[in-house]
Amino acid sequence: MTTKAHVDRAMLLHLYREMRRIRVFEERCVELYQAEKIRGFLHLYDGQEAVAVGIMQALAPRDAVVATYREHGQAIARGIGTDVLMAEMFGCLEGCCRGRGGSMHIFDRATRFYGGNAIVGGGLPLAVGVALADREFERDAVTACFFGEGAVDEGEFHESVNLAVLWQLPVLFICENNLYSMGTPLELAEAETDIHSKAACYRLPSESVDGMSPLAVLSAATRAVEHIRATGGPYFLECRTYRFRAHSMFDAQGYRTREEVELWRRRDPIPRLASWLLDNGLAEAEELEAIDRAILAEMDAAVAFAENGSLEPVEGLERFVTMEDIPA
Amino acid sequence: MNAAQPRRMTYREACRQALRDALNTEPRSFLMGEDVGLYGGCYAVSKGLLEEFGERRIRDTPLSESAFVGAGIGAAMAGLRPIVEIMTCNFSLLALDQIMNSAATLPHMSGGQFAIPMVIRMATGAGRQLAAQHSHSLEGWYAHIPGLRVLAPGTVEDARYMLAPALADPNPVLLFEHIMLYNAEGEIPAKLSAVDITTARLRRTGDDLSLITYGGSLPKTLEAATRLAEEGIDAAVLDLRVLRPLDEAAILATVRHTGRAVIVDEGWRSGSLAAEIGMRLMEHCFDRLQAPVARVCTREVPIPYAAHLEQAALPSVEAIVEAARATMEAA
Repeated sequence: MTTKAHVDRAMLLHLYREMRRIRVFEERCVELYQAEKIRGFLHLYDGQEAVAVGIMQALAPRDAVVATYREHGQAIARGIGTDVLMAEMFGCLEGCCRGRGGSMHIFDRATRFYGGNAIVGGGLPLAVGVALADREFERDAVTACFFGEGAVDEGEFHESVNLAVLWQLPVLFICENNLYSMGTPLELAEAETDIHSKAACYRLPSESVDGMSPLAVLSAATRAVEHIRATGGPYFLECRTYRFRAHSMFDAQGYRTREEVELWRRRDPIPRLASWLLDNGLAEAEELEAIDRAILAEMDAAVAFAENGSLEPVEGLERFVTMEDIPA
Repeated sequence: MNAAQPRRMTYREACRQALRDALNTEPRSFLMGEDVGLYGGCYAVSKGLLEEFGERRIRDTPLSESAFVGAGIGAAMAGLRPIVEIMTCNFSLLALDQIMNSAATLPHMSGGQFAIPMVIRMATGAGRQLAAQHSHSLEGWYAHIPGLRVLAPGTVEDARYMLAPALADPNPVLLFEHIMLYNAEGEIPAKLSAVDITTARLRRTGDDLSLITYGGSLPKTLEAATRLAEEGIDAAVLDLRVLRPLDEAAILATVRHTGRAVIVDEGWRSGSLAAEIGMRLMEHCFDRLQAPVARVCTREVPIPYAAHLEQAALPSVEAIVEAARATMEAA
């Protein structure tokens, strides 16, 4: 076993491609929201792509994922098709949740994607339970549980990390610290703003990483996942990152300055990785352009898929409120 | 024990035997909650089970209702069959987010990709001077929520046999055990080895009026019916057993037969299960009613400590008898 992620040219190009796929998907979501094809709350992931992409790269298909309401990035990086995701945004029957969940509630049984949770902190107990089941069934699986730094305010964070350590369950807790829980800056919400240090109270191994670097995230996630598989117990990663857009589509952003957003935009992981690849002779401009073209085509196809989607007949409204059997 | 003989046991023993059966027959099941292991359960329901099944199957949890209920939900989604005990339904409010926003919601929200086959047991009700944070009857609240099945065993046989079908159900099932019933003894008929979790049961037939109740109010209601019989009033007693989904057909059938109904519900009156049943009677058998539908509910106060005040707050046999008499005299 190696404690380092195997990073070669193919991997770097893969990280670039995945981050770009998320960014372009979100751009399409903005356009479609403005065109009123997508409605409701829409929390975009721009700026945080390195986190989802770096973490997912360290996971195996047998592992599980629990995410938040800002989870398009996790869903795409986990391998859920952008076509069924977009159809879900459109509220279509062909969407991954038949249009019942929407942007905030992506679920996918095939990739062990357990949502898409819009109660801040609500996913953490679920992740502990999924990990408990995985351990009982000896699946050798890790549950990657994403949450924002706002979730650290919630009692469920403290209850869940305590339980995971107490029962030594294979959970990778990933705090995406983007500094604002909606419009509240971290320092107005937490007495101790060094979030990863809180893990020490629970004897939970932790580290803080640059969430604007896919390589830093991948490397830390690889170490964390190996630690979890080796010990069976949990691990905590704080990824320091930033969201470029408003909390949900539009807000006045009175809680932060233009200058601050501009400073963080200079750390945008996508152009930074592109420049690095070009400067080090690991990719030709033409190669990156070809990747982009393929992504644009993929998103065109995803939007077309959603546009051609159908609506579930209203007679099906109450279907799945109670289940008739347990899906295999 | 001779299986052909009726079996006499307490409600508590019935609950424990139900757990033992579940753990023996369903290898994916386990019990978790506060003090269910070493202590033997707040109401001694799980006493001895830790020694019998070990700590993987009987899990003591920290005082983290939201985390262990949520963990039960996650475990159920990933293939286990958790039985979660919450000490009292008052404490379940600390886990209400998980029960409502996760357990009741995720199967539908995921388009049917995930089921949540779990049982949450909790103690409910007043009568032991436990005051206003241990004595409430919140099953009616839970019965408001689509996606849950809500059960209220009022007899020893239901305490003994409701758990098995609840655990086999693909949906989250809430089981409310009334604290005043734990010591009650009852007989289970020799041939009975299973009950359903879909229907209400007529515990006493009668032609003059229908007393509709469930859970801890069932013994009081049956006693009231006996007293009414002495006065020449022949009351039927319908035990709802299942609070969600309600067995509407059974409710309507008895009231269509008698034309009069008194609903006995330990929940508070406003916005109660009793209100729901009353409304369904208006909707579906208004033309058969010979008197206004009456209710005996808990007075609208936080349950007080002092015994005389607590008793004054709760439905009593006397109050049920009086409501029944008034219903017979009306119209």
